[in-house]
Amino acid sequence: MNKVTFICSILLAGILTNNMVLSKFLGICPFLGVSKKLNTAFSMSVAVTLVMVAASAVTYPIYHYLLYPDYTYLETVVFILVIAALVQLIEMVLKKYIKPIYNALGIYLPLITTNCAVLGVTMLNIQNELDFVASLFNALAAGLGFMLAMVLFAGVRQKLDEADVPEFLKGLPITLIEAALVSLSFLGFAGIGG
Amino acid sequence: MEILIPVLVVLAIGVILGLGLTFADKFMSVPVDEKQTKIRECLPGANCGACGYSGCDGYAAALAAGEAEPDKCAPGGEATAKALGEVLGVKVEAQKNVAFIACGGKPGTVKEIFEYTGFKTCSAATLAGGGPIACEFGCLGFGDCMRACEFGAITMENGRPHICEDLCVACGKCVKTCPKSIISLIPKNSKPRVNCSNRKKGPAVLKSCETSCIACGMCERACESGAIKVIDNLAVIDYTLCTGCGKCKEVCPRKVIVD
Repeated sequence: MNKVTFICSILLAGILTNNMVLSKFLGICPFLGVSKKLNTAFSMSVAVTLVMVAASAVTYPIYHYLLYPDYTYLETVVFILVIAALVQLIEMVLKKYIKPIYNALGIYLPLITTNCAVLGVTMLNIQNELDFVASLFNALAAGLGFMLAMVLFAGVRQKLDEADVPEFLKGLPITLIEAALVSLSFLGFAGIGG
Repeated sequence: MEILIPVLVVLAIGVILGLGLTFADKFMSVPVDEKQTKIRECLPGANCGACGYSGCDGYAAALAAGEAEPDKCAPGGEATAKALGEVLGVKVEAQKNVAFIACGGKPGTVKEIFEYTGFKTCSAATLAGGGPIACEFGCLGFGDCMRACEFGAITMENGRPHICEDLCVACGKCVKTCPKSIISLIPKNSKPRVNCSNRKKGPAVLKSCETSCIACGMCERACESGAIKVIDNLAVIDYTLCTGCGKCKEVCPRKVIVD
Protein backbone atom coordinates (compact mmCIF):
# COMPACT_ATOMS: atom_id res chain seq x y z
CA MET A 1 0.00 0.00 0.00
CA ASN A 2 1.51 3.33 -0.90
CA LYS A 3 1.76 6.24 1.46
CA VAL A 4 -1.22 8.25 0.19
CA THR A 5 -3.73 5.42 0.36
CA PHE A 6 -2.41 4.53 3.83
CA ILE A 7 -2.98 8.11 5.08
CA CYS A 8 -6.42 8.15 3.46
CA SER A 9 -7.40 4.91 5.14
CA ILE A 10 -6.19 6.31 8.50
CA LEU A 11 -8.33 9.40 8.02
CA LEU A 12 -11.37 7.39 6.95
CA ALA A 13 -10.98 4.96 9.84
CA GLY A 14 -10.45 7.72 12.41
CA ILE A 15 -13.43 9.77 11.32
CA LEU A 16 -16.00 7.11 10.48
CA THR A 17 -15.28 3.48 11.32
CA ASN A 18 -13.24 3.89 14.48
CA ASN A 19 -14.80 7.12 15.66
CA MET A 20 -13.35 7.98 19.05
CA VAL A 21 -16.65 8.85 20.70
CA LEU A 22 -19.19 6.72 18.91
CA SER A 23 -17.24 3.50 18.34
CA LYS A 24 -14.52 3.50 20.98
CA PHE A 25 -16.54 5.35 23.65
CA LEU A 26 -13.67 7.64 24.64
CA GLY A 27 -14.22 11.29 25.51
CA ILE A 28 -17.85 10.90 26.55
CA CYS A 29 -17.65 13.66 29.19
CA PRO A 30 -17.29 16.64 26.80
CA PHE A 31 -19.50 14.79 24.31
CA LEU A 32 -22.38 15.01 26.78
CA GLY A 33 -21.29 18.17 28.56
CA VAL A 34 -20.55 20.67 25.82
CA SER A 35 -22.88 19.50 23.08
CA LYS A 36 -25.82 21.70 24.04
CA LYS A 37 -24.97 24.42 21.55
CA LEU A 38 -23.56 24.02 18.09
CA ASN A 39 -20.91 26.73 18.32
CA THR A 40 -19.48 25.66 21.69
CA ALA A 41 -19.48 22.04 20.49
CA PHE A 42 -17.52 23.13 17.44
CA SER A 43 -14.96 25.22 19.33
CA MET A 44 -14.53 22.45 21.89
CA SER A 45 -13.74 19.97 19.11
CA VAL A 46 -11.25 22.40 17.57
CA ALA A 47 -9.49 22.70 20.94
CA VAL A 48 -9.50 18.91 21.41
CA THR A 49 -8.17 18.36 17.88
CA LEU A 50 -5.36 20.84 18.50
CA VAL A 51 -4.42 19.13 21.75
CA MET A 52 -4.55 15.70 20.09
CA VAL A 53 -2.25 16.65 17.22
CA ALA A 54 0.16 18.55 19.46
CA ALA A 55 0.19 15.73 22.01
CA SER A 56 0.91 13.16 19.30
CA ALA A 57 3.74 15.29 17.93
CA VAL A 58 5.33 15.62 21.37
CA THR A 59 4.72 12.12 22.69
CA TYR A 60 6.09 10.36 19.60
CA PRO A 61 9.73 11.47 20.05
CA ILE A 62 9.47 11.13 23.82
CA TYR A 63 8.34 7.53 23.49
CA HIS A 64 10.73 6.46 20.76
CA TYR A 65 13.89 8.23 21.89
CA LEU A 66 13.46 8.41 25.66
CA LEU A 67 11.20 5.65 26.90
CA TYR A 68 11.74 2.89 24.32
CA PRO A 69 12.72 0.12 25.01
CA ASP A 70 13.43 0.12 28.76
CA TYR A 71 10.85 2.45 30.27
CA THR A 72 7.78 1.90 28.12
CA TYR A 73 5.74 1.35 31.28
CA LEU A 74 6.09 5.09 31.98
CA GLU A 75 3.97 5.75 28.89
CA THR A 76 0.74 6.66 30.72
CA VAL A 77 2.36 8.91 33.34
CA VAL A 78 4.53 10.82 30.90
CA PHE A 79 1.79 11.19 28.28
CA ILE A 80 -0.66 12.58 30.82
CA LEU A 81 2.02 15.04 31.96
CA VAL A 82 2.55 16.22 28.39
CA ILE A 83 -1.19 16.49 27.71
CA ALA A 84 -1.77 18.47 30.92
CA ALA A 85 0.94 20.96 29.95
CA LEU A 86 -0.45 21.29 26.42
CA VAL A 87 -3.95 21.93 27.72
CA GLN A 88 -2.59 24.66 29.99
CA LEU A 89 -0.88 26.19 26.99
CA ILE A 90 -4.04 26.07 24.86
CA GLU A 91 -5.99 27.58 27.75
CA MET A 92 -3.52 30.48 27.91
CA VAL A 93 -3.71 31.05 24.18
CA LEU A 94 -7.51 31.01 24.18
CA LYS A 95 -7.71 33.31 27.21
CA LYS A 96 -5.38 35.77 25.57
CA TYR A 97 -6.61 35.80 22.00
CA ILE A 98 -10.12 34.28 21.81
CA LYS A 99 -11.80 35.23 25.10
CA PRO A 100 -15.41 34.37 24.05
CA ILE A 101 -14.48 30.76 23.35
CA TYR A 102 -12.59 30.62 26.66
CA ASN A 103 -15.72 31.80 28.46
CA ALA A 104 -18.04 29.48 26.53
CA LEU A 105 -16.01 26.36 27.27
CA GLY A 106 -15.63 27.17 30.97
CA ILE A 107 -14.73 24.23 33.16
CA TYR A 108 -14.65 21.84 30.19
CA LEU A 109 -11.47 23.43 28.85
CA PRO A 110 -9.12 22.33 31.66
CA LEU A 111 -11.01 19.03 31.66
CA ILE A 112 -9.56 18.23 28.22
CA THR A 113 -6.60 17.01 30.29
CA THR A 114 -8.68 14.14 31.55
CA ASN A 115 -10.40 13.60 28.20
CA CYS A 116 -9.45 10.00 27.63
CA ALA A 117 -9.82 10.45 23.86
CA VAL A 118 -6.62 12.51 23.88
CA LEU A 119 -4.64 9.98 25.89
CA GLY A 120 -6.31 7.25 23.82
CA VAL A 121 -5.02 8.68 20.55
CA THR A 122 -1.43 8.99 21.75
CA MET A 123 -1.44 5.46 23.13
CA LEU A 124 -3.11 3.98 20.03
CA ASN A 125 -0.41 5.64 17.90
CA ILE A 126 2.18 3.65 19.82
CA GLN A 127 0.11 0.46 19.94
CA ASN A 128 -0.51 0.45 16.18
CA GLU A 129 3.20 1.15 15.50
CA LEU A 130 2.49 4.19 13.35
CA ASP A 131 5.37 6.37 12.21
CA PHE A 132 5.57 10.09 13.00
CA VAL A 133 3.56 11.39 10.02
CA ALA A 134 0.96 8.64 10.33
CA SER A 135 0.63 9.47 14.06
CA LEU A 136 -0.13 13.09 13.26
CA PHE A 137 -2.74 12.08 10.70
CA ASN A 138 -4.23 9.57 13.10
CA ALA A 139 -4.56 12.32 15.72
CA LEU A 140 -6.06 14.67 13.17
CA ALA A 141 -8.53 11.99 12.09
CA ALA A 142 -9.49 11.27 15.69
CA GLY A 143 -9.99 14.99 16.29
CA LEU A 144 -12.11 15.36 13.17
CA GLY A 145 -14.10 12.29 14.17
CA PHE A 146 -14.66 13.86 17.59
CA MET A 147 -15.76 17.05 15.86
CA LEU A 148 -18.16 15.17 13.59
CA ALA A 149 -19.70 13.36 16.57
CA MET A 150 -19.98 16.59 18.60
CA VAL A 151 -21.53 18.60 15.78
CA LEU A 152 -23.97 15.84 14.83
CA PHE A 153 -24.96 15.36 18.43
CA ALA A 154 -25.36 19.09 19.05
CA GLY A 155 -27.72 19.16 16.06
CA VAL A 156 -29.71 16.25 17.47
CA ARG A 157 -29.92 17.90 20.88
CA GLN A 158 -31.06 21.22 19.47
CA LYS A 159 -33.85 19.40 17.63
CA LEU A 160 -34.78 17.58 20.80
CA ASP A 161 -35.04 20.80 22.78
CA GLU A 162 -38.30 21.42 20.99
CA ALA A 163 -39.61 17.88 21.32
CA ASP A 164 -42.12 16.88 23.95
CA VAL A 165 -40.04 14.59 26.18
CA PRO A 166 -41.80 12.59 28.92
CA GLU A 167 -41.10 14.02 32.37
CA PHE A 168 -39.09 11.03 33.62
CA LEU A 169 -36.74 11.11 30.62
CA LYS A 170 -35.98 14.84 30.71
CA GLY A 171 -32.35 15.89 31.00
CA LEU A 172 -29.62 13.28 31.07
CA PRO A 173 -31.68 10.10 30.39
CA ILE A 174 -32.93 11.27 27.01
CA THR A 175 -29.44 12.57 26.17
CA LEU A 176 -27.97 9.13 26.80
CA ILE A 177 -30.65 7.51 24.65
CA GLU A 178 -29.85 9.97 21.85
CA ALA A 179 -26.14 9.21 22.21
CA ALA A 180 -26.88 5.50 21.93
CA LEU A 181 -28.91 6.01 18.75
CA VAL A 182 -26.26 8.20 17.11
CA SER A 183 -23.62 5.63 18.09
CA LEU A 184 -25.76 2.83 16.64
CA SER A 185 -25.97 4.68 13.32
CA PHE A 186 -22.17 4.81 13.18
CA LEU A 187 -22.07 1.01 13.39
CA GLY A 188 -23.18 1.15 9.76
CA PHE A 189 -19.67 2.27 8.80
CA ALA A 190 -18.04 -0.81 10.29
CA GLY A 191 -15.88 -2.61 7.76
CA ILE A 192 -15.31 0.32 5.41
CA GLY A 193 -11.68 1.15 4.70
CA GLY A 194 -10.30 -1.73 6.76
CA MET B 1 19.10 2.30 41.87
CA GLU B 2 16.95 0.98 39.07
CA ILE B 3 14.14 3.31 40.00
CA LEU B 4 16.38 6.37 39.74
CA ILE B 5 16.48 6.66 35.97
CA PRO B 6 12.69 6.56 35.38
CA VAL B 7 12.22 9.03 38.21
CA LEU B 8 14.78 11.34 36.63
CA VAL B 9 13.17 10.94 33.21
CA VAL B 10 9.72 11.92 34.49
CA LEU B 11 11.23 14.71 36.60
CA ALA B 12 13.15 16.09 33.63
CA ILE B 13 10.07 16.07 31.41
CA GLY B 14 8.08 17.74 34.17
CA VAL B 15 10.69 20.45 34.68
CA ILE B 16 11.01 21.13 30.97
CA LEU B 17 7.22 21.40 30.55
CA GLY B 18 6.98 23.57 33.65
CA LEU B 19 9.65 25.94 32.38
CA GLY B 20 7.96 26.02 29.00
CA LEU B 21 4.66 27.00 30.59
CA THR B 22 6.31 29.66 32.74
CA PHE B 23 7.93 31.03 29.63
CA ALA B 24 4.64 31.02 27.75
CA ASP B 25 2.97 32.72 30.70
CA LYS B 26 5.37 35.65 30.32
CA PHE B 27 4.09 36.29 26.82
CA MET B 28 0.49 35.32 27.11
CA SER B 29 -0.63 36.08 30.63
CA VAL B 30 -3.79 38.13 30.72
CA PRO B 31 -3.65 40.72 33.48
CA VAL B 32 -6.46 39.81 35.86
CA ASP B 33 -8.49 42.77 36.97
CA GLU B 34 -7.15 43.93 40.34
CA LYS B 35 -10.70 44.62 41.44
CA GLN B 36 -11.72 41.08 40.56
CA THR B 37 -8.94 39.63 42.73
CA LYS B 38 -10.05 41.78 45.64
CA ILE B 39 -13.67 40.78 45.17
CA ARG B 40 -12.68 37.13 45.01
CA GLU B 41 -10.94 37.49 48.38
CA CYS B 42 -14.16 38.74 49.97
CA LEU B 43 -16.16 35.71 48.83
CA PRO B 44 -16.26 32.62 51.03
CA GLY B 45 -14.98 30.29 48.30
CA ALA B 46 -17.63 27.63 48.85
CA ASN B 47 -18.43 27.53 45.10
CA CYS B 48 -22.02 26.67 46.02
CA GLY B 49 -23.58 28.39 43.02
CA ALA B 50 -26.39 30.03 45.02
CA CYS B 51 -25.58 33.35 43.32
CA GLY B 52 -26.45 31.85 39.94
CA TYR B 53 -22.88 31.86 38.61
CA SER B 54 -20.64 28.86 38.03
CA GLY B 55 -18.67 29.50 41.21
CA CYS B 56 -17.05 32.20 43.31
CA ASP B 57 -14.68 33.04 40.44
CA GLY B 58 -17.56 33.45 38.02
CA TYR B 59 -19.45 35.64 40.47
CA ALA B 60 -16.34 37.76 41.10
CA ALA B 61 -15.88 38.26 37.37
CA ALA B 62 -19.52 39.28 36.97
CA LEU B 63 -19.24 41.68 39.90
CA ALA B 64 -16.09 43.24 38.53
CA ALA B 65 -17.80 43.71 35.18
CA GLY B 66 -20.72 45.36 36.95
CA GLU B 67 -23.19 42.72 35.77
CA ALA B 68 -24.19 41.38 39.19
CA GLU B 69 -25.55 42.67 42.47
CA PRO B 70 -23.32 42.30 45.53
CA ASP B 71 -26.04 40.76 47.70
CA LYS B 72 -26.32 37.40 45.95
CA CYS B 73 -23.92 35.41 48.14
CA ALA B 74 -26.03 33.21 50.43
CA PRO B 75 -23.31 31.58 52.57
CA GLY B 76 -21.49 34.90 53.09
CA GLY B 77 -24.66 36.74 54.02
CA GLU B 78 -24.62 40.29 55.28
CA ALA B 79 -20.91 40.43 56.13
CA THR B 80 -19.88 39.44 52.61
CA ALA B 81 -22.37 41.83 51.03
CA LYS B 82 -20.92 44.69 53.08
CA ALA B 83 -17.32 43.77 52.26
CA LEU B 84 -18.22 43.54 48.58
CA GLY B 85 -19.94 46.89 48.77
CA GLU B 86 -16.76 48.47 50.13
CA VAL B 87 -14.62 47.06 47.34
CA LEU B 88 -17.12 48.09 44.69
CA GLY B 89 -17.75 51.46 46.25
CA VAL B 90 -21.49 50.85 46.47
CA LYS B 91 -23.51 51.14 49.59
CA VAL B 92 -25.20 47.82 50.10
CA GLU B 93 -28.43 47.81 51.93
CA ALA B 94 -28.23 44.61 53.83
CA GLN B 95 -31.36 42.95 52.60
CA LYS B 96 -31.72 39.54 54.12
CA ASN B 97 -34.00 37.00 52.55
CA VAL B 98 -35.78 34.39 54.61
CA ALA B 99 -37.94 31.41 53.80
CA PHE B 100 -41.65 31.88 54.44
CA ILE B 101 -44.32 29.19 54.56
CA ALA B 102 -47.51 30.66 53.19
CA CYS B 103 -49.98 28.55 55.13
CA GLY B 104 -51.69 29.22 58.44
CA GLY B 105 -53.51 25.92 58.69
CA LYS B 106 -53.02 23.97 61.92
CA PRO B 107 -54.37 20.61 63.04
CA GLY B 108 -57.89 21.56 64.14
CA THR B 109 -58.30 24.64 61.97
CA VAL B 110 -57.92 22.81 58.67
CA LYS B 111 -60.38 20.04 57.92
CA GLU B 112 -59.08 16.50 57.67
CA ILE B 113 -60.74 14.43 54.97
CA PHE B 114 -59.24 11.02 55.70
CA GLU B 115 -56.83 9.29 58.01
CA TYR B 116 -53.42 8.96 56.44
CA THR B 117 -51.46 5.91 57.60
CA GLY B 118 -48.66 5.79 55.03
CA PHE B 119 -45.08 7.01 55.24
CA LYS B 120 -44.80 10.10 57.39
CA THR B 121 -43.37 12.41 54.74
CA CYS B 122 -45.05 15.23 52.87
CA SER B 123 -43.92 13.89 49.49
CA ALA B 124 -45.49 10.47 50.19
CA ALA B 125 -48.69 11.97 51.59
CA THR B 126 -49.04 14.23 48.55
CA LEU B 127 -49.14 11.17 46.32
CA ALA B 128 -52.14 9.87 48.28
CA GLY B 129 -54.79 12.10 46.82
CA GLY B 130 -52.93 15.27 47.67
CA GLY B 131 -52.73 14.48 51.36
CA PRO B 132 -55.18 14.05 54.22
CA ILE B 133 -56.25 17.70 54.52
CA ALA B 134 -59.13 19.33 52.68
CA CYS B 135 -56.95 22.16 51.34
CA GLU B 136 -54.85 21.08 48.39
CA PHE B 137 -52.53 24.07 48.86
CA GLY B 138 -51.99 23.53 52.57
CA CYS B 139 -49.04 22.45 54.67
CA LEU B 140 -49.23 18.74 55.49
CA GLY B 141 -46.96 19.05 58.51
CA PHE B 142 -44.84 15.93 58.06
CA GLY B 143 -41.72 18.06 58.13
CA ASP B 144 -39.97 17.42 54.80
CA CYS B 145 -38.74 21.01 54.97
CA MET B 146 -37.42 20.52 58.50
CA ARG B 147 -35.36 17.53 57.35
CA ALA B 148 -34.12 19.43 54.30
CA CYS B 149 -32.88 22.38 56.37
CA GLU B 150 -29.16 22.03 57.07
CA PHE B 151 -29.08 24.99 59.41
CA GLY B 152 -31.68 23.88 61.96
CA ALA B 153 -33.82 26.89 61.14
CA ILE B 154 -37.05 24.90 60.83
CA THR B 155 -38.65 23.31 63.87
CA MET B 156 -42.01 21.60 64.28
CA GLU B 157 -44.47 23.32 66.56
CA ASN B 158 -47.99 21.95 67.07
CA GLY B 159 -47.60 19.72 64.05
CA ARG B 160 -46.60 22.50 61.67
CA PRO B 161 -43.15 23.79 60.67
CA HIS B 162 -41.92 27.06 62.11
CA ILE B 163 -39.05 29.01 60.56
CA CYS B 164 -36.58 30.75 62.83
CA GLU B 165 -35.66 33.75 60.68
CA ASP B 166 -32.40 34.44 62.52
CA LEU B 167 -31.07 31.00 61.62
CA CYS B 168 -32.40 30.95 58.04
CA VAL B 169 -29.71 31.66 55.42
CA ALA B 170 -32.11 31.55 52.47
CA CYS B 171 -30.39 28.61 50.80
CA GLY B 172 -33.68 27.57 49.21
CA LYS B 173 -33.49 23.86 50.08
CA CYS B 174 -36.91 23.85 51.78
CA VAL B 175 -38.37 25.77 48.83
CA LYS B 176 -37.33 22.98 46.49
CA THR B 177 -38.34 20.22 48.90
CA CYS B 178 -41.91 21.29 49.70
CA PRO B 179 -44.19 19.18 47.48
CA LYS B 180 -46.94 21.78 47.83
CA SER B 181 -44.62 24.61 46.70
CA ILE B 182 -45.87 26.93 49.44
CA ILE B 183 -42.45 27.98 50.74
CA SER B 184 -40.80 30.98 49.12
CA LEU B 185 -37.84 33.25 49.78
CA ILE B 186 -38.88 36.77 50.65
CA PRO B 187 -37.08 39.80 52.07
CA LYS B 188 -36.97 39.60 55.87
CA ASN B 189 -38.38 43.10 56.26
CA SER B 190 -41.41 42.47 54.05
CA LYS B 191 -44.36 42.78 56.41
CA PRO B 192 -47.25 42.10 56.63
CA ARG B 193 -47.44 38.80 54.77
CA VAL B 194 -50.29 36.79 53.32
CA ASN B 195 -50.26 33.54 55.23
CA CYS B 196 -52.22 31.40 52.76
CA SER B 197 -51.64 29.85 49.33
CA ASN B 198 -55.15 28.69 48.46
CA ARG B 199 -56.18 29.80 44.96
CA LYS B 200 -59.61 28.19 45.00
CA LYS B 201 -62.80 30.21 45.05
CA GLY B 202 -64.13 31.56 48.32
CA PRO B 203 -67.03 29.20 49.15
CA ALA B 204 -64.95 26.06 48.67
CA VAL B 205 -62.09 27.46 50.75
CA LEU B 206 -64.44 28.60 53.48
CA LYS B 207 -65.39 25.01 54.27
CA SER B 208 -61.91 23.51 54.17
CA CYS B 209 -59.93 25.78 56.49
CA GLU B 210 -60.59 28.36 59.20
CA THR B 211 -57.55 30.49 58.40
CA SER B 212 -57.73 30.74 54.64
CA CYS B 213 -57.94 33.57 52.14
CA ILE B 214 -61.45 33.57 50.69
CA ALA B 215 -60.67 36.37 48.22
CA CYS B 216 -63.30 38.66 49.74
CA GLY B 217 -61.29 41.75 48.76
CA MET B 218 -61.65 43.58 52.10
CA CYS B 219 -57.88 44.12 52.24
CA GLU B 220 -57.84 45.47 48.70
CA ARG B 221 -60.46 48.07 49.62
CA ALA B 222 -58.79 48.97 52.91
CA CYS B 223 -55.33 49.50 51.41
CA GLU B 224 -54.61 53.18 50.81
CA SER B 225 -51.51 52.70 48.70
CA GLY B 226 -52.97 50.08 46.33
CA ALA B 227 -50.35 47.56 47.32
CA ILE B 228 -52.57 44.59 48.01
CA LYS B 229 -54.56 42.95 45.24
CA VAL B 230 -56.59 39.79 45.00
CA ILE B 231 -55.11 37.80 42.14
CA ASP B 232 -56.42 34.31 41.29
CA ASN B 233 -58.54 34.25 44.45
CA LEU B 234 -55.58 35.03 46.68
CA ALA B 235 -54.42 38.31 48.22
CA VAL B 236 -50.98 39.34 46.95
CA ILE B 237 -48.90 42.20 48.39
CA ASP B 238 -46.68 44.34 46.18
CA TYR B 239 -43.91 45.36 48.59
CA THR B 240 -42.69 48.16 46.34
CA LEU B 241 -45.96 49.98 47.14
CA CYS B 242 -46.68 48.66 50.65
CA THR B 243 -46.17 51.17 53.46
CA GLY B 244 -46.59 48.60 56.20
CA CYS B 245 -49.53 50.45 57.76
CA GLY B 246 -51.24 47.21 58.71
CA LYS B 247 -54.79 48.22 57.70
CA CYS B 248 -55.22 45.07 55.64
CA LYS B 249 -54.29 43.03 58.66
CA GLU B 250 -56.99 44.70 60.72
CA VAL B 251 -59.83 44.23 58.24
CA CYS B 252 -59.07 40.67 57.19
CA PRO B 253 -62.01 38.61 58.47
CA ARG B 254 -60.03 35.37 58.30
CA LYS B 255 -56.87 36.66 60.00
CA VAL B 256 -54.81 35.50 57.04
CA ILE B 257 -52.58 38.57 56.93
CA VAL B 258 -49.90 38.36 59.58
CA ASP B 259 -46.73 40.11 60.64
